[in-house]
Amino acid sequence: MSLFELPILPTLGAAAAGGCASGGCSSGGCGTGGCGSAQAERTSENSRREFLKTATTLTLGAMSLTLLPGVTAGDDMLPLPPPGGDGHAPAAKPMYGFLIDTTKCIGAGKCLTACRVENSVPEGQSRTWVERYVHYKDGRVEVDLVPETGYAGSGEVQPAAEDVLRAYFVPKLCNQCVDAPCNQVCPVHASIKSPEGIELVDTERCIGCGYCVQACPYGIRFMNHDTGVADKCNWCYHRVMRNEQPACVEACPTGARVFGRIDDPDSEISRRLATVPTNVLKQHLGTLPLTRYVGLTDEVT
Amino acid sequence: MEFHALHDAPFIFPNDAHPVWSIMIVLYPYITGMVAGAFVVSTMYHVFHREALRPVARLAVVTSLCLGACATLPLLLHLHQPLRALNVVVTPSPTSAMAGFGFIYSFYMLVLLIDVWLIFRPAIVERAGTATGAWRGVYRALALGVVEITPRAAEIDRRLVYALSMIGIPAACVLHGYVGFLFGAIKANPWWSTSMMPVIFLTSAIVSGIAVLMLLYLFLCQRSDMEPDAECVRSLSRLLWMFLLLAVVFEAIDILHVAYEREEEWHVIRALLSTQLRFSYLTLQIVIGSILPLLLLPLPAFSGRLGAGFRHSIAGVCAVLVLVQVAAMRWNVVVGGQLFSKSFRGFVEYPVDWFGREGLLAAAVVLAMPMVLLWGAMQLLPVWPPSLESESGAKT
Repeated sequence: MSLFELPILPTLGAAAAGGCASGGCSSGGCGTGGCGSAQAERTSENSRREFLKTATTLTLGAMSLTLLPGVTAGDDMLPLPPPGGDGHAPAAKPMYGFLIDTTKCIGAGKCLTACRVENSVPEGQSRTWVERYVHYKDGRVEVDLVPETGYAGSGEVQPAAEDVLRAYFVPKLCNQCVDAPCNQVCPVHASIKSPEGIELVDTERCIGCGYCVQACPYGIRFMNHDTGVADKCNWCYHRVMRNEQPACVEACPTGARVFGRIDDPDSEISRRLATVPTNVLKQHLGTLPLTRYVGLTDEVT
Repeated sequence: MEFHALHDAPFIFPNDAHPVWSIMIVLYPYITGMVAGAFVVSTMYHVFHREALRPVARLAVVTSLCLGACATLPLLLHLHQPLRALNVVVTPSPTSAMAGFGFIYSFYMLVLLIDVWLIFRPAIVERAGTATGAWRGVYRALALGVVEITPRAAEIDRRLVYALSMIGIPAACVLHGYVGFLFGAIKANPWWSTSMMPVIFLTSAIVSGIAVLMLLYLFLCQRSDMEPDAECVRSLSRLLWMFLLLAVVFEAIDILHVAYEREEEWHVIRALLSTQLRFSYLTLQIVIGSILPLLLLPLPAFSGRLGAGFRHSIAGVCAVLVLVQVAAMRWNVVVGGQLFSKSFRGFVEYPVDWFGREGLLAAAVVLAMPMVLLWGAMQLLPVWPPSLESESGAKT
């Protein structure tokens, strides 16, 4: 609803017409229309009354504007979704999805560097990371983070192959939940969903309260040390809007990260989703993530 | 959600290494709780006519106002963008529980401010007439230009105080119940996510309000060489014992329920309570802060044989213990909930800084501020009740 469609404006219009209409003077010019002094007095009283009415309407109207979702933050910063329903053409709004194939990830760490460079992520914080799960023959399960250099260049002592039962890598990034808790809890509309369904942070509006960080069940959000506002993976929204792939997808040497339109049945992600069983993280929370996984095990949280 | 930290090598998510909510977010519900609790005590006199609480009724409402005036301080110190703080009221998100803060807090403070003004209006008007120099101007300003009181006006004031106190009770409950809801509605955190949280916060708020009033009353009496009113201390002790019992029972029900059901979140909570929170929860909150005062409070609350001095000393000690309990509870909720990673595979540390915006020193200043304000208010307003003679004289 635009400002001009708001119901307060007809009232303002009536008020702007002045007390004359209500004072019985159709010419609309009491002061100059030769009315008697009593009428002038009445007109003056009416003007005062109208002024008070206008002021009250304006004040209450302005106050109520802050509560209207359509006038609140962020909405005006994003392209509006194309019209749908009401007899109009069906929406051509693209819907995106992300597929992680844990069976393909080799823990190269290329995605991590690509993300950090692309999004200027401060050291010690991460928009995306890769977990390595090592199941030992004695029943232990150990999890650690894949270094950005990959294990080869890290100098870390690796588990002895004869002790290991199986191992796999699980990349993590924003789950872009359809029912996102981070979006729900943000008190100032700084967590916004793009028309394509991608959860974004309005850095100009964020007050840095950290409530969204607490609300994200996946530990994806963080308070950016450099900017002092909430930060998170946004599937490289700026690249996606240029019809490019997210930086991590482009950098992955094995195709473990697949990004694309899930509303296009011919896209690679749609074909994979149609043919391979997939799962989501922490399904019991009901956040409805758009990031789906192939080969997710019970150990992964 | 099996918690693996005790068995396997710990693993924490990279963004979980440092708790986001600091000691300032511990202080926020601590202070807000005392605001609500102190107000509830004042309503015990103004609404429920509990005459024994008359000596502290005015002190309660002024204390609540002074604490309330400082309630936003820890939040501002915590916000990474404090200059944008007003966005919460200018562009509030209707889906966010936190967005309600500005409105709930403002409404409550408005009610409280008018309440205080009406309660102290006779004193303000009297002093506007008798004070000299700059003080006269101050009191005339506080009287808002009305410098005489008729019996009819006094009666209207009394009724208004009654009505405002009636409005203030649910407002105070909402103010603090809402703070509990902020935590209880976070499903990402098994230590926070419980519908009992608002109830637990509310009862512990009342407990902390009674305790801080008892302590202030005993301290101020001692400083002024006044004998504390025995019935007042007894009544406060009874209230404190009753609400502490309620708070402990609610907290126990919550924990026992999770423990008995042994659903997946219990593994996280059990690990948390047996390691990171072993001292602050089991020792401070349960043993020292709950069991001990529950055992001791019946002495000043119900015993008639012990000497007044001894009973008052025990009451003071219990008030301190209860304040420790509530502080520990706030710490255990706020910080405790951030001491495990959302990977549920490892703990993190919360290093408390001495200095800085969210350090211990700043926290001490935040805690001291309401007391400084209270001292100032006591210079300005008579927090002790007027004598019965003068009151009956005013009514005739």
